[in-house]
Amino acid sequence: MLALFYIFIGVAIGVSFWQITRIMNFRGVIATDEDNTKQGRNSLLFMAFFYAMMIYCLIYMNVIMLPESASIEGEHDDNLFNITFILIGVVQFAMQFLIFYFTYKYKGSKDKKAKFYADSHKLELIWTVVPAIVLVVLIGYGLWQWNNVMDLSDDDAIVIEVYSQQFRWEARYAGEDNTLGRGNVNFIQGINTMGVDMNDKNAQDDKQVTELYLPKGKKIHFKFRSQDVLHSAYMPHFRAQMNCVPGMVTEFGYTPKFTTDEMRQQSEVIAKTAGINKIRKAKGEDIYEFNYLLYCNKICGASHYSMQMKITVVEPEEYDKWISEQPTLAKVIQ
Amino acid sequence: MSEHHHKETFVTKYIFTQDHKMISKQFLVTGMFMGIIAVFMSMLFRLQLAWPDKSFTIIEAFLGPHQTDGIMNPDFYLALVTIHGTIMVFFVLTAGLSGTFSNLLIPLQIGARDMASGFLNMVSYWLFFISSVIMVISLFVEAGPASAGWTIYPPLSALPQAIPGSGAGMTLWLVSMAIFVASSLIGALNYIVTVFNLRTKGMKMTRLPLTIWAFFITAIIGVVSFPVLLSAALLLIFDRSFGTSFYLSDIFISGEVLHYQGGSPVLFEHLFWFLGHPEVYIVLLPALGITSEIISTNSRKPIFGYRAMVMSIMAIAFLSTIVWGHHMFISGMNPFLGSVFTFTTLLIAIPSAVKAFNYITTLWKGNLQLNPAMLFSIGLVSTFVTGGLTGLVLGDSALDIAIHDTYFVVAHFHLVMGVSAIFGMYAGIYHWFPKMYGRMMNKTLGYWHFWITIVCAYGVFWPMHFIGLAGLPRRYYSNTAFPMFDDLADINKVITIFALVGGIAQIIFIANFFISMYRGAKATQNPWKSNTLEWTTPVEHIHGNWPGKLPEVHRWAYDYSKRVDPNDDDSDYLHGQDFVLQTTPLLEGEEQS
Repeated sequence: MLALFYIFIGVAIGVSFWQITRIMNFRGVIATDEDNTKQGRNSLLFMAFFYAMMIYCLIYMNVIMLPESASIEGEHDDNLFNITFILIGVVQFAMQFLIFYFTYKYKGSKDKKAKFYADSHKLELIWTVVPAIVLVVLIGYGLWQWNNVMDLSDDDAIVIEVYSQQFRWEARYAGEDNTLGRGNVNFIQGINTMGVDMNDKNAQDDKQVTELYLPKGKKIHFKFRSQDVLHSAYMPHFRAQMNCVPGMVTEFGYTPKFTTDEMRQQSEVIAKTAGINKIRKAKGEDIYEFNYLLYCNKICGASHYSMQMKITVVEPEEYDKWISEQPTLAKVIQ
Repeated sequence: MSEHHHKETFVTKYIFTQDHKMISKQFLVTGMFMGIIAVFMSMLFRLQLAWPDKSFTIIEAFLGPHQTDGIMNPDFYLALVTIHGTIMVFFVLTAGLSGTFSNLLIPLQIGARDMASGFLNMVSYWLFFISSVIMVISLFVEAGPASAGWTIYPPLSALPQAIPGSGAGMTLWLVSMAIFVASSLIGALNYIVTVFNLRTKGMKMTRLPLTIWAFFITAIIGVVSFPVLLSAALLLIFDRSFGTSFYLSDIFISGEVLHYQGGSPVLFEHLFWFLGHPEVYIVLLPALGITSEIISTNSRKPIFGYRAMVMSIMAIAFLSTIVWGHHMFISGMNPFLGSVFTFTTLLIAIPSAVKAFNYITTLWKGNLQLNPAMLFSIGLVSTFVTGGLTGLVLGDSALDIAIHDTYFVVAHFHLVMGVSAIFGMYAGIYHWFPKMYGRMMNKTLGYWHFWITIVCAYGVFWPMHFIGLAGLPRRYYSNTAFPMFDDLADINKVITIFALVGGIAQIIFIANFFISMYRGAKATQNPWKSNTLEWTTPVEHIHGNWPGKLPEVHRWAYDYSKRVDPNDDDSDYLHGQDFVLQTTPLLEGEEQS
């Protein structure tokens, strides 16, 4: 790869200097008919390259993309995304064709005369109204889904606090009462790394962890806090993301749809994992296994690029067992 | 003015000049110099992204204390992306683009002797120069330059404990930007006043070339939004240096609780994006204006739908000031606001679509003179469409959640504003070089420059959409901490190769520019057979632009290929040739277009 890269650079520099010296005679300045013909042809060549690249990426890069949404709320995101993507795909292919084909077709020559065509109210009406109608659909579906995602009114949701700091994540489950104890940076001391107010009675049964376990099929209500700078809790498999802002609590919620084990059996995930492991094997690294992740997606400092937390989605029974094994804060912090 | 010819010294002619044509060249050359720095930076961080564990002599040679054995430090990676973004957005695409072409073309195309205030114009350039110098100096600060991203969100940008670049580097950044804002404001006010007051006889607003419309509206957006950035920067300076808490609250860092209480970073985000989003259009609209002019001239056809073009510029400008929240869907602001901003954001697609369709219709049945400037303009339409369409995904709050701040976003905005605006700038330079330097640029080098650049631009940014859809965040120093990104490594290498080739290919342009300046073929008065007023001035620059009286305008700028019989495409040209200067009076019985 590296050799290829040096060759590329060498060729690029070589070609540029060869060209520059070859035409040091700087008299060719305005396009002639011959230039128009040549550049018209180049336009077609470029269009071929461009379409080949677009189609190649669309087909062969499918495997690297995120698998289907692992949250119930995210299903409509995927739907809306697919609708939008097909729409803009069609428009993109049509418009690019017109641009480069017209460049070729109407390349100038001395014998040609351009059409004097300055205005057409009908055409302009068409390309104002048609996009407007399409947008009404996209905006309508989008807003409906946005309200859907941001709706956190479910009282039975499991409340979990996600806490960010340079450069790690922690989390706190609300415990039996499903209410989080108060938190503030002034309470940070020793093992009380999340700054929980231990005088608050709601805090006693809270449980602090460094990895998330979520039950399948139950709505999770996340509350985010940050200790130092902005972070963003990004959980792409669940189509979820929210900034963690120092000084305020932000919220997001979703319902996990597949357990981690189920996700590993999913065909898109199997294909992507196989691709990754082929590369890892060649480099002599250990085998990768799919896991849900929460990682930082807002620039936060030097180690921003490695700030992550594992999420494991399990069946509700297993979750109940796991959560009951976690010690409460009252026990941990005396 | 032309009557008093002062004796000019080197200093008054080339340095402290008040002549808009010289000031425009000063903006251009300064902008190009900053551009070279920014492109070079992007090549360095692309090397890091493609080969994170490889040692490079070039990195060892240039990064000094910010690298270890030829591998750059994570802090400095962030500094590079921060300064790359800052320089490109503000110094190259705002000052370099608007500064150059607004200055050159506003007086020349509206038929004025100079800007309304030559002195303020000079001040505007020198403030820009000082701010550029400070920005460059900030690169050499010991702890490194600003590294909180070009959006400089606090608290990261406010606390040197959080990242070393937020020390002296950030201070210089803020000072530089404050001066920059002053420069832009002075420039913009000057442009607005000039367009309002100094139009020559007959140059009604409805006869202005689209370039002027674009520069004019851009200046208005600048005046509306830049002061807000200035206030955001000032408040940040207060927080950093004087202990106020506008943006900061409840922070525990390096083992202690800081005293800040009650501020909110979300306030900064609002203030920043109130400029930040219109800024996108401050960058893009002049490029679109330039393109309108060049596509029409080189198609030998009137621009299709002049009125619709003007209205869409206005609509975009208006909407651009009420959509800033789409950068903040996941900032923690009220979800209702998210709905409002989704609605306004997606509306921008309508005027943008109108513009794209009108460009394509202008090409239709034209007699396309494929000069390098024309190719870059066509390239702009292509990248504008490609980048604009993905805006429909990102502007939709529900979809944005899943891909916010990934490489999908990077691909989107680089295509729609970065590459497009740069293409507009290149188009403008190729087209008006003869007006600036009295010589022509070489076309063969121009062709090489264009085709290599567009292939590389798409080679870089098209695949980037897909690694974004794989969930890869931007501003990651390395993707090696996540096995799930291992399969993206090869794509990153390909992108880097395209970026390096594309970056190095800009040497062709630089060489063409400087060689042509001294050795290019002498320009004729109207080399592109264009209608607008700037081509009625003498090739040799004179103070006051026109010897003798100012020209009088009788028609709009787009009477290309006008026929004797408007309904018969085979009939003869009405004025005997396929262009009609704006100064040509209407023939008897000729209809106004």
